[in-house]
Amino acid sequence: MQYEIRSGAYYDSVVLMQLQKGLAALPGVEDAGVVMATPANKEVLTAAGFDLEEIAAQSDDLLIMVRSDSAESAAAALSQVDTLLKPKQSDGGVAFRPKSLTNAAKMVPDAQWVLISVPGRYAAQVADDALDLGKNVFLYSDNVPLDDEIRLKQKASQIGLLVMGPDCGTALIDGVGLGFANRVRRGNIGVVAASGTGLQAVTSAIHNLGGGVAQGIGTGGRDLKDAVGGVTALQGLHLLATDAETDVIVLVSKPPSPTVVNKLLATALTIDKPVVINFIGYAPPARQFGNLWFANSLSDAARLAVEIVAIGASDSNQSPVSSIGPTRFFRGLFSGGTLAYEATLALQAFVAPLHSNVAVGAALELANPFVSEGHTIVDLGEDDFTQGRLHPMMDNDLRIRRLRHEAADPEVGLILLDVVLGEGAHLDPASELAPVMEEIGSAGDVEMVVLVVGTDDDPQNRPNQIGRFQDAGAHVFTDPTACFAAVARALLPVPQSPITNPQSPFSPPFAAINVGLETFYDSLIDQGAIAVHVDWRPPAGGNERMMALLAKLKRS
Amino acid sequence: MMIDIEQANRTAVERMMAARPILRTVAPARDVIPGMRDNLLLHAGPPITWERASGPMKGAIVGALIFEGLADDWDSAETFITSGQIDLEPCHEHSAVGPMAGVTSSSMQVYVIENVTHGNMAYSNLNEGYGKVLRYGAYAPDVLKKLRWMNNTMAPILARALELNGGLDMRALLAESLHMGDEGHNRNKAGSIIFTARLAPHIVSATDNRFVVATVLKFLGDNALSVLNPVMAACKAMADAGHGVAGSTIMTVMARNGTDLGIRVSGLGDRWFTGPVGQPDGLYFPGFSAEDASGDIGDSTITETAGIGAFAMASAPAIVTFISGTPEMAINTTLEMYEICSAEHSAFTIPALGFRGTPVGVDIRRVIELGIRPQINTGIAHKDPGVGQIGAGLVLPPMNVFEDALVAFAEHYIA
Repeated sequence: MQYEIRSGAYYDSVVLMQLQKGLAALPGVEDAGVVMATPANKEVLTAAGFDLEEIAAQSDDLLIMVRSDSAESAAAALSQVDTLLKPKQSDGGVAFRPKSLTNAAKMVPDAQWVLISVPGRYAAQVADDALDLGKNVFLYSDNVPLDDEIRLKQKASQIGLLVMGPDCGTALIDGVGLGFANRVRRGNIGVVAASGTGLQAVTSAIHNLGGGVAQGIGTGGRDLKDAVGGVTALQGLHLLATDAETDVIVLVSKPPSPTVVNKLLATALTIDKPVVINFIGYAPPARQFGNLWFANSLSDAARLAVEIVAIGASDSNQSPVSSIGPTRFFRGLFSGGTLAYEATLALQAFVAPLHSNVAVGAALELANPFVSEGHTIVDLGEDDFTQGRLHPMMDNDLRIRRLRHEAADPEVGLILLDVVLGEGAHLDPASELAPVMEEIGSAGDVEMVVLVVGTDDDPQNRPNQIGRFQDAGAHVFTDPTACFAAVARALLPVPQSPITNPQSPFSPPFAAINVGLETFYDSLIDQGAIAVHVDWRPPAGGNERMMALLAKLKRS
Repeated sequence: MMIDIEQANRTAVERMMAARPILRTVAPARDVIPGMRDNLLLHAGPPITWERASGPMKGAIVGALIFEGLADDWDSAETFITSGQIDLEPCHEHSAVGPMAGVTSSSMQVYVIENVTHGNMAYSNLNEGYGKVLRYGAYAPDVLKKLRWMNNTMAPILARALELNGGLDMRALLAESLHMGDEGHNRNKAGSIIFTARLAPHIVSATDNRFVVATVLKFLGDNALSVLNPVMAACKAMADAGHGVAGSTIMTVMARNGTDLGIRVSGLGDRWFTGPVGQPDGLYFPGFSAEDASGDIGDSTITETAGIGAFAMASAPAIVTFISGTPEMAINTTLEMYEICSAEHSAFTIPALGFRGTPVGVDIRRVIELGIRPQINTGIAHKDPGVGQIGAGLVLPPMNVFEDALVAFAEHYIA
C-alpha cells in the first residue's frame, strides 16, 4: 500500500471519485481511496481495509491511497494522479471560470440564484456573499451551523430573498431542477417542502398523475424547527400565494415543531388558493378545513393536488365572520362535548394559546372552567356545570348567563355557540338565546356565530331556528368544520407578508451561479438554464490564520 | 481604530485612475530626482546589497560606476562598492523606476513625468534597445559608448522636442496603444511608434544636424521598447497617486531586483514586504533555456500595479506566443485579474472585452482570499552579467509578500 498527501489541495468530490475510479482501473491496483482527509472520510477508508495508522493527513489535505499487488504498480499508479486530475481540454480555448462570486455575478448579471455545495464550514460565508449581491440561495451544503442558518434566513427575509437550505437537496424553479431534482412537467401546482425526498416524491407523483409543477421550493430540514421558525417555508407560502402560475399549493414536511405548524397553518388559511398539507405524523383537524386539505401521505398529497386542479375546487377564504383583530379574544360556549373537542382540536392548530376545559392537541387546560382566559372553548355539558341542573341542551339558563358575562368583557370579540336540535333537546332554543344575542349585538361589536346541528325534520323547525338566529345578528353554520374554519380565519391577523419582496425570485429564463459541485452546473446546462460555474477554492487556501485575519478586516 | 477599507481602497484607486501623467522633459538624474547624489546608485526592486545581488544587477552596477568614472573594471568597482563608498537604494524610494536592473546614476539622463492632477513627479532612465545593454548587466565599452551617446546627444534633443510639443500625455498614449495590440509591459510596439511619431517633427526642429536627427529617429523607431521607460514612469506617477491612503489594502508598488520581489501597500507607508523572486515560465531565444535564466528582475511590474501589462493581456493576444498559449488565455488572464482588483480602469479599455476597463488596484485581501496572485509579463535576463535578454514569459510573485503585508496591516490598524 502506498499513499500521497497533498496539503491544501482542494477538489470537489466528484473529481476525487473520478480520480479514485481512474486509479483503481490501473494495472495491478486492487483498490484506491481518494478523499479529503476528514475524520469521517478516514473512517470510511479504514472500513474499506486501508491502514491509516501512520498517516498524518488532516481535514484540508487530499489523501490518495493505493493498494496493489506490488510496490511498482502502486508507484506507477500514484505517478498518474496529475494526468488523471487534468481537466479534459475542450477543443479551442478554455472558457474562463470565475474564482469568486463577485466576478461570476458580473458575468451573468441576470442570475437570481446562487447554488452552493461547498463544504459546510465555508458555506455560510458563500451564502452571505450571495445575499450581499442580492441573490437567492439554494444551499445544498450540510453541516452548516444552526446559528448560521438562523442568521442567514433572517438576513434574507429582511431583504426579500430566499435561502433554501442548508441541506436542501432539491428544488424546482421556473421549470429547472436544482440539485437532485426529477424531470417534472411544468404546471400549476406549487410545492413547499421541508424535505428533499418529500419534494422529489410529491413532484414525481404529480407528474406521473398527469399534473405539473409551477415551482418547488425546498426549505432544508431544520427550517420547521422552533429555532429557525419556518422562515423559508413561510416565505415560500407567500411567494406561491402571489405566484400567477400557481393555482394549488402543496406543503410537505417531516414532523415540524408545534409552534411552527401553527404559524404555517395560520398563514396557509389566509391564502386565497387551496393548500394541500402533509406533515408526517401530524393529527389534522379535518380532511378539509376551509382552503386547507390534509393529506395522509406523500402520494395522497400529490393525488389531492392533482384532483383539486382537475375539479377546479376553490374554497373562497373570505370568512363571512369579520376579523376581530389581534387584540381581542374568542369564546366558544358549547353544549355538545364532542363539538367542543372538535372545535378545540381545529382551532388549536391555528390559534395559540387556546384554553379549554376539554384540552386536546396544543390547547391548554383551563385553570378554572368558570373563568375564561384569552381564547377559550368551554364545554358547558361537563360535570362541573351540570351538578343540580339540566344539561345545557335542555336548559339554556347557564349558557345565557355565561354569554352575557363574556359579551360584557371588552377583550372579547367573537362568541361561538352550538345549538343541538333533535328529540329530547330544548324545543325552541332560539326563543331564549336569540333575544340575548340581539341585546349583545345592539350593545357592541361582538361577532356572534351559531353552529346549528340537526335536520329539517327535527321537532324544533330548523329553518325557523336558523332564521331567528340570523335575525338576531348571528352568523349561522350547519357544518361544524366550515364553522370552525370561518372562526379560525376571523381570529387570524389580517394576512400580511412577513417579507418585503422587492422582486419575485421566479423570472424565467432561469439563470444561476453554481459554487461547488460541478455536476450541478452540468445539470443546469443540460436543462437549458443559463449558468456559470465558480472555480471555488477554500478562502486563503484553507490557511486558518489568513482566514481569521481576513474576517477581522471585514468587520473592522 | 475604525477603518473603512472599502472606502479607502476606492479613494486609492480613484486617485490612481484620475492621475494624468504628462511627460515633461529629459534631464540629468542629479538635477531632478529627489535625494539623488553622486555617491548613490538607484536600482530596481526592493533594497539589495552587493553580496546578495544577482548577476545582471551586479553587472549593471559595475557598468554604472565605470560610466560615472568611479571604476575601471569589475574588480575596482567591487572594491569601490564593498568599501562603502557608494550607496545602493531602490528607484522606488526616489519616485523613480527602471526596467530590469534599473541601475541609474547621477549623470544619467532620465524622463521626467508630472502627474498634473495631483502634482507628484516620477522618473525613469532612457531605453537602450535590445542586445547587450546595461539593464541586463552588460558593461562592455560599446555598451557604455551607446549610453554616452544617448545621454549626451539624444537626451538634449528629446528634452527640446518634448518642450516644443508642450509635453506628452502618457495616459492618452497608453489608452491608444492598448487598442493597437499593446499591453504596455512586454509589448510596446504600437506605443513606441506613437511616441516616435509624436516627437518626430519636434526632433527635426530641435537640431540642424540632419545626421543626428536621422540617428535619433532610427534609434527610437527601431526600438519596440522606446516608450517602455516613459510608460513605466507614467505608471509610477499613477500608482504613487494612490499611495499613502490610510486604511487602504491596495498594492501600490511591486518590483523585483533579481533576488527579491517586494511590494508596498497604500495604507502601510514606505514599508517593503519581500520574498524570493520566481523563475519566469516562458519562451527562450535559441541556445538558451530556463537554466540560464536570472531570477525575475525589474521595476517594470509597475505596469501591472497600475492596471496594464499582464492585467491588460486581453488587449494583446499576440503576446501569448511567449508561453505557447491561446488568445483565449490572454482574455482569461485579464478576466482572472478582475478577481483581485478593486476597480476597472476609467481610462484604459479593452476592445475584446466590450471596452471594459482594465483591472486596476490589486487588493491584497483578495489575493490571499482567492489564492490568485498578480500575473506578471516579463523579459527574462541571463543569470550572468552582460549576456542580455534570453527570453520572455510569465511569472508570479511569491505569496508570502501578500500574507506578510496583511499581517502588518492588521497589526497596524486593528492590533
